[in-house]
Amino acid sequence: MSYTFQGYRRANGKVGSRNLVAVIPSVICANDVGQAICRQVQGTIGYFHHQGCCQLPIDLKRVTDTLSNLGQSPNVGAALLVSLGCEGTDANRLVEEISAAGKPVEIIRIQELGGTARAIQAGIDAAQRLVQEISGIQREETDVSEVVMAIKCGASDTTSGMASNCVIGYVADKLVDLGATVVFGETTEFLGGEHILARRAVGGENGPVGQKIYEIVERMESRAKAIGEDMRGGQPTPGNIAGGLSSIEEKSLGAIVKSGTRPIQGVLEYTERIDGQKGLWIKDAPGREPEILTGMAATGAQFMMFSTGRGAPQGFPSMPVIKICGNPNTYERMQHDMDLNAGRIITGEKTIEEVGEEAFQEMLKVLSGKMTKNEALGYFGSMDIFCLGPVI
Amino acid sequence: MDICLALKVTDKDNVATIFANGVKDGMQVDVHDKKGSSELMTVIGDVPYGHKIAVREIKKGELIIKYGEEIGAATKDIAKGEYVHVHNLEALRGRGDL
Repeated sequence: MSYTFQGYRRANGKVGSRNLVAVIPSVICANDVGQAICRQVQGTIGYFHHQGCCQLPIDLKRVTDTLSNLGQSPNVGAALLVSLGCEGTDANRLVEEISAAGKPVEIIRIQELGGTARAIQAGIDAAQRLVQEISGIQREETDVSEVVMAIKCGASDTTSGMASNCVIGYVADKLVDLGATVVFGETTEFLGGEHILARRAVGGENGPVGQKIYEIVERMESRAKAIGEDMRGGQPTPGNIAGGLSSIEEKSLGAIVKSGTRPIQGVLEYTERIDGQKGLWIKDAPGREPEILTGMAATGAQFMMFSTGRGAPQGFPSMPVIKICGNPNTYERMQHDMDLNAGRIITGEKTIEEVGEEAFQEMLKVLSGKMTKNEALGYFGSMDIFCLGPVI
Repeated sequence: MDICLALKVTDKDNVATIFANGVKDGMQVDVHDKKGSSELMTVIGDVPYGHKIAVREIKKGELIIKYGEEIGAATKDIAKGEYVHVHNLEALRGRGDL
């Protein structure tokens, strides 16, 4: 059986599920100008992060890398950089790298243009040109093997590990078998389940990939422990605990189910992209939504499948997020935010395979242009970049 | 009223998860495993939707097992059928306080 979707083929060969003009502030201080441009010009989205200045060099590079990867992501057709003029990130590198990916790019510089109002005027003109330039691009038939799916669970409860994550695991296995790419992360939520993942690594637990999995978990746990506190104050979250998850270990064991059962090919750092790699990959990113959704979109994922039990409603500016709800009570209460009801597995009405097939078919529709519930509601504004060091 | 269901994921598990609203102290639940066998158990404590009970006696310090893997340790003796959560189970990972 072969499956296809209708996607936007980019100059560099990658295929997107959306065709957006990305407004990219190179620093938090440029956000207000970027927001004014997005409010005015249809077909734009903004990456309104909170980084880009007064950070250690390693983080400034990380912010520039992430913004560059977001601009190069296949759902972005063109980019408008909004620079203040004195930031720590490298705005010129952003223009060069996103242009090199074959996308039209313009830049406005607030200080050089003479302030806010003039920058907004210039930005609106530029964004309007870019939207008109790319808006005529047509979708074309694309084989499912070109899919890059990101997966995540959030606002989890005990139904997540027994229903919605199982559904995503089904889709992940099917996509890997069809030659596509799947990326999962949330390193914090490997704690207590890392041995299971390491054994699934290509080359086994003692091979380089298996060892790398242990290494990223150790790195994450050490960072939390270095503060000298019990992680339980923050993970599991109060919502997780109210939902019946008693420890980070229990949360992790339920969370890793969503990665399915196929071998793990390797570990990507936060700033690394998928450039043709196939199969199942890990991205080293924390579980919190703004940072991991950014990391996944920057990886090049065309969409995300997101499992929830308590009800997490948010999406991402340039990446459609399909919400799979494992808790039948939550689905009933929040069906305007939830795309699929996996709670029917808990109530015994459906099997994991049946809901898994529904999720796979929904995925093909969303990749071809159908809006997810959070897209239609415009609930996708929050994003941020995962940095390592302090603000200085 | 129908008897509520609790689900045990693997044979090794010493807890099961209750997927029913309004399970109160002294009520009976039917603990199922994936192979289809089941056992009636009397619940000790009020157990909210999606929370766990012990399916056998668990001694203080003993590991608590779900999905066939450890999810923490018992901080006190737990009776068969008793509600298991953060009041009698502690995580062993991410403990910068130890």
